[in-house]
Amino acid sequence: MGWDPVLKFGSTMKFRSRYPISFAAPALVLYGVFFILPSLGGIIYAFTDWSSYSDEVNFVGLKNFVKIFTPGEHYLGYFSNTFLFTIITIIIKTVVGLALALLLNEGVKKFVNLYRVMIYVPVVLPMLVVGLMFRSILNPATGLFNTFLRAIGLDVIAMSWLVDPHIALYSIMFVDSWKGVGYIMVILLAGLQTIPKDYYEAAKVDGANGWWRFWFITLPLLMPALSIVTVLNMLYGLRIFDIIYATTNGGPGYATEVLQTGIFKAFSQGQYGLGTALSSILFVILLIAGYGVIRLLEPKPVQQ
Amino acid sequence: MAHRRTFRSIAAHLLAIIASLIAIIPVYLICVNALKSSAQSSSMGIEFPNELHLENFATVIEQGRLTTSFLNSMLYASSASIIATLFAAMAAFVLSRQRTRFNRFIYLFLIMGIALPINFFTLTKIMQITHLINTKPGIIILYATLQLPFAIFLIYGFVESIPRELDEAATMDGCGPVRIFFSVIMPLLTPVLVTTGILSFLNTWNDFIMPLYYLNSSANWPMTLAVYNFFGQYKQSWNLVSADILLTILPVLIIYLAGQRFILSGMTSGAVKG
Repeated sequence: MGWDPVLKFGSTMKFRSRYPISFAAPALVLYGVFFILPSLGGIIYAFTDWSSYSDEVNFVGLKNFVKIFTPGEHYLGYFSNTFLFTIITIIIKTVVGLALALLLNEGVKKFVNLYRVMIYVPVVLPMLVVGLMFRSILNPATGLFNTFLRAIGLDVIAMSWLVDPHIALYSIMFVDSWKGVGYIMVILLAGLQTIPKDYYEAAKVDGANGWWRFWFITLPLLMPALSIVTVLNMLYGLRIFDIIYATTNGGPGYATEVLQTGIFKAFSQGQYGLGTALSSILFVILLIAGYGVIRLLEPKPVQQ
Repeated sequence: MAHRRTFRSIAAHLLAIIASLIAIIPVYLICVNALKSSAQSSSMGIEFPNELHLENFATVIEQGRLTTSFLNSMLYASSASIIATLFAAMAAFVLSRQRTRFNRFIYLFLIMGIALPINFFTLTKIMQITHLINTKPGIIILYATLQLPFAIFLIYGFVESIPRELDEAATMDGCGPVRIFFSVIMPLLTPVLVTTGILSFLNTWNDFIMPLYYLNSSANWPMTLAVYNFFGQYKQSWNLVSADILLTILPVLIIYLAGQRFILSGMTSGAVKG
């Protein structure tokens, strides 16, 4: 009986011991050893020349960070691509997700659940598979997308979606939004359903038209859901990796390279010190962003 | 007036149908092309197959060694989701019931993992020290760990809805914390445990980053990584790639359709209630 000590502890210290903190120990141990420890340890290794070429690890001060922030190197591009990707996908997913949520909440009266189930399908597909599918769909010569554009006479905009370095990143944003928008729609739809119907009735009686009702009732009352959607998309965008790996793997050149693909490249090339430095910068950015998300997700603290 | 309303309703349905089609077209493409000949599938068109090539599935199962990777994926996804759900439920139970300042800090510390990235470099070192690198138990432990923060967040909110009086009554009857948790609380947590289990299963099944970093032997690869490797070898045969993809996403689609109630409730509960 491995649990005996807990039980004994329980009978002596009445209230507290009904909920022994040792219950949280397995989760804390796994999380601490395999998640937090590497992240904190990584910050120390970020100041070393750790690599796969040598067994020696020496402190090199800020050398890795200087290299990352040198304009001539391509690392700054990883940051700008990551931020650009994050901002634009937040906008696309929120706008399209909100439009779809409004459509299902107010536009259609029947089959709402059927539509919702179908639009959510891309969310559950593996990103790697989505990447492979869209490599074929966005193929400049034979892909379905360009075939469709040519068929409706829009040859001009039938482009080399994933091959042209100027538009490749935007094409990936489009694919990523296609995959993620169902999730955003579902959250916003649930948010819309919490808005009491009589608010709209009252506004109608006062003669407010559709736009007024949207601006002065829907939008303000949907703000909590909208801010959560924004933060979730931000956390997701900053960590983006798999869709880029599966479609362009950072190419052509460095055109679609983001922080996480850069980290993976550093890993494969054995540049551990540099990669850890990149990883630690991302850690700090997300630590700050994560604090924000916790404040949003948490209901007001209830003291017992 | 009535006419205008019908028109608006038809337009709304039309838009919803178009959106639904755009969402499922790629899955449709995979389905039809998986049944075509190599030549007909080269452009991944939307037309039906001229003749059914069911043997494509046999080919990919053999060539792509899908049986092994299917069993690997099953093992990883089910073990990781069971471990994560159990550990998360235990932690969420005590942390939600006993709201001391310390416990609140522990809770926030744990769910912070929803936001944080992994440091793959130092994690490699830890995997080497613990001799878990390139092993099945190693990858299961990593997957379970990754699911913990969100699982704890989901279950923590649900525990509040279970009346404390039940715990008190159980204590009166002489139950210790272990009995209270396993025989009183766990059964009442079933809905959220199913949601957490399904989400953890799908996340693990769909992932390929962990094996990319921590499994170098193809005998341990899950479905996703096997598909990617297969694609590298058979780029020209989209019918085979499609068949391979279809077999990979089939379990996901079945679980999604069967458990969509749990999945959608899980994905929205935290966001909207909070």
